[in-house]
Amino acid sequence: MSFMAVYLFYLYMIHTLFPENVRQPTELGADVMIIGAGIIIVSVLTRYKKWRWLWSEWLTTVDHKKIGVLYLISALAMLFRGGVDALMLRTNLALPNIQPIGANEYNEVFTTHGTIMIFFMAMPFIFALFNAVVPLMIGARDVAFPRLNAISYWLFAFGALLLNISFVLGGSPNAGWTAYAPFTERAFTPGVGENYYFMSLLIAGIGTTMTGINFLVTIIRMRAPGMTFMRMPLFVWTTLTTSALIIFAFPPLTVALALTLIDRLFHASFFTLGHGGMPMMYVNLFWLFGHPEVYIVVMPAFGIFSEVVATFSGKQLFGYTAMVLSVVAIMLFAYGTWVHHFFTMGAGPSVNVFFGLSTMLIAIPTGVKIFNWIFTMWGGRIRMTVAMLYQIAFIPTFAIGGATGVMFAVVPVDYQLHNGYFLIAHFHNVLIGGTLFGLLSGMHYWWPKMFGFSLNERLGKFAFWLFFIGFWITFTPQYMLGFEGMTRRLYTYPLGYGWHMLNVISTLGAFTMGAGFVVLVYDIVWSLFKMPRDATGDPWNGRTLEWALPSPVPEYNFARVPVVTSRDMFWWMKRHHATIADQLKPNDIRELELPKNSPVPFILGLGFFIFGFGMVFEWWLLAFLGLAIIIGSLIYTGFDYDEHKQVSAEEIRHIEQSLGRLQG
Amino acid sequence: MPKRGGFFLVCTRPQTRLWLLVAAGTILMPFISGCGSHYVLLHPAGPVARRELDLTVYAAVTMAVIVAFVIALLILTLIRYRDRPNNPHAYTPEWHDHRLMESLWLIIPAVVLAAVAIPTVKTTYALARLPKGSHPLVIDVTSLNWKWMFEYPDQHIATVNYIEIPTRRPVLFELTADSPMNAFWIPELGGMEYTMSGRVLPLWLEADRQGLFWGRSAQFSGIDFEKMLFHVRAVSTPSFNAWTAHIRHSKPAMTLDTYHRLLRFNTVGVEEYSSYPRSAFPSTTHGFGLSGGMYPVMSNHPQKN
Repeated sequence: MSFMAVYLFYLYMIHTLFPENVRQPTELGADVMIIGAGIIIVSVLTRYKKWRWLWSEWLTTVDHKKIGVLYLISALAMLFRGGVDALMLRTNLALPNIQPIGANEYNEVFTTHGTIMIFFMAMPFIFALFNAVVPLMIGARDVAFPRLNAISYWLFAFGALLLNISFVLGGSPNAGWTAYAPFTERAFTPGVGENYYFMSLLIAGIGTTMTGINFLVTIIRMRAPGMTFMRMPLFVWTTLTTSALIIFAFPPLTVALALTLIDRLFHASFFTLGHGGMPMMYVNLFWLFGHPEVYIVVMPAFGIFSEVVATFSGKQLFGYTAMVLSVVAIMLFAYGTWVHHFFTMGAGPSVNVFFGLSTMLIAIPTGVKIFNWIFTMWGGRIRMTVAMLYQIAFIPTFAIGGATGVMFAVVPVDYQLHNGYFLIAHFHNVLIGGTLFGLLSGMHYWWPKMFGFSLNERLGKFAFWLFFIGFWITFTPQYMLGFEGMTRRLYTYPLGYGWHMLNVISTLGAFTMGAGFVVLVYDIVWSLFKMPRDATGDPWNGRTLEWALPSPVPEYNFARVPVVTSRDMFWWMKRHHATIADQLKPNDIRELELPKNSPVPFILGLGFFIFGFGMVFEWWLLAFLGLAIIIGSLIYTGFDYDEHKQVSAEEIRHIEQSLGRLQG
Repeated sequence: MPKRGGFFLVCTRPQTRLWLLVAAGTILMPFISGCGSHYVLLHPAGPVARRELDLTVYAAVTMAVIVAFVIALLILTLIRYRDRPNNPHAYTPEWHDHRLMESLWLIIPAVVLAAVAIPTVKTTYALARLPKGSHPLVIDVTSLNWKWMFEYPDQHIATVNYIEIPTRRPVLFELTADSPMNAFWIPELGGMEYTMSGRVLPLWLEADRQGLFWGRSAQFSGIDFEKMLFHVRAVSTPSFNAWTAHIRHSKPAMTLDTYHRLLRFNTVGVEEYSSYPRSAFPSTTHGFGLSGGMYPVMSNHPQKN
């Protein structure tokens, strides 16, 4: 009864407040689901009196491990949203001239699919793993700026909420995830949809930039004694290079987004048609960010694979120095290739050749990495765990994706294949085969460290095979469709081109991957209730420092910061029959100062959300309210000196004793 | 029925066998039909598309060699070093460095990439220039929401969503837009180029056989962009001359009013005009003059201004 009343009120509000022309009838079904889920969550929290727990343990937390969990949950939710988008797209294209969803809605769905998968799935998934393990790997107690870390998360979360709310309120962005000017001008994309895109990415982008700064500083400044740069695990190295890429890649995006938003909201002419606007400059700025972004999402996967392959081969990483040099090389080259996204925009042969060759150059360090991974396995004892299966699937998949990438670097080939399905297949090949396989591998690998229990291996393998086989069924036909001349972003096609057969197969593959996701979620829920708790903290016979700690890790990470004497420190300790506990005598434990929970990050995020919402609808009063909250919380946090809490030696001793990690 | 392995047992049931055949056929069908005529990129109708296809095949084969080597090496590694009881192959947990091998896989990819890079450079420059001594047919292309307008400055005729070109003569397309960006693409004749307001981008293509080819916009530009389809008919030079003469004599003239009608957000069918206002291209796209222009290598065409 109350549900009906709420829903009717909601419908009334929607139709009075928001423009009629942006509503889609089929969105109502989704709305009902979202509102229903919201009501269920609220009632469960109220029923079990969990509001205070939610606030004090999660919403205000500044602990990097909990923030990692928050990122992971958000990323999986967004993977679901983006995946459902993908299935809607594939359903629409399964057969010629069927249109379960119409043109405008298709445009909205492919836009949100791309935007969500890159910015709100891949990025938070990466940050989840950064937060979960990087401080542990380098022997740190937390990240360099814990409160800033929480602010980064809440900016991401409220940015994601702002983009997703567009689907509930109607009028999602519909200009593609690249949102090329001048199409995003108001004359061509009226309504609020694109405002959501620009505003939500601006908000999330600020958070991302701060995460980059945070981890760069953490890795440079907070390593344990003896943890020299050349002793760092490779995942820490890729975190370092990824952070550096973020710091220099996101500003051009922020500029491009902000200027376009100013064009839209205040009738400026930075990228407009006419009035001296330069649409081409948007394209340049976007890809000046966009190409490094490709490496931002794939380099952490390289790092994950380097950890996973060493652990499950029981062998030291092959060619460590070459691996480090190649990630640094990739980081540097990443800034020099952005024009290869628009060879066909008339830069002339000399510019095109330069960027074609610079793109090919990147394939060399990437090739070095692939060979080094294989030779890490050579002479090892390969254990086929789920994490390792993703790694093994990654090597051929990424090699093929990389090879088709080199084909695009051949300028005349790009002229034919640009914007076609060959391109779609290529970048899904590297983004799924590289990034997503990497992230899922990392998730399975570090899950016990984050939650204190492993995921079920059998279910995990089942999900893996569905993903892997589904992936190839989806994208092999798309490579071929490229040769049939099918271009991207078509919402339907007539029978005559002969595209239907391959499209049907591709759609079947997409649903296989969807089934894989369902199994993965089932795996997580099943394991949550049924899997035995991990007592050792080292379920995989790991090599790096995080496995020396109990799972889940206590809030202070290390009771005493370890002294690092070797690469793969924990492996070295095990070989010399040493443990961290050996180093630890009760008297060694000192009182610690830990960062204190703070409501500021959440409120700041909320302020950004209100500001963003006001900007989207040009409700200036609301925007000013949001701005006031932002400025207020910034001033408050600037003068808030009470940001630490003391943890007594007694308390730590007690925790360590109960974990069985204290001598005497 | 003899008791054998599960798979063979299943295969002996006629109904199952039929289904297996259907499944295998479905999977193999697209591969078998790989040379079907709807694989437009594999059936080039002109020198530009042919050179691009040759290079595509060359790059694909070169890369496939490396990929095949990587996959073979991976499979071998997995077979030899899988963790199983009594694995006879040596376990060397501390082996992590081999300078010769590491230099080898730095050098080999570099050599292979150089083998791809050299023809890339050559072909890129070659296709950016009109063939020496050629006398191209010039067609001015303007992309509108959501249609293509073509003007023949030398013949002084205009068409919408349809062009005819003579075979064995390079065609120089001068591309601009009076709309958001689109990409002009005729896959059987060669690669694409963007159309942008305020700039003119050149693209030359040539048909060396007669036929009807389709072209479309490859860049998303709004709700009806999938309908930005046009056809290209390549005919002999006499037929082409007859066609232009026919249009000049029997079709209406395009006025600025016609052009403003075309500027509306809609789709239209094929249209033909005996003449067009000189100002329609290139001086007014979206209300401002064109900057851009040709880069020097293209300046040898008989451009009227």
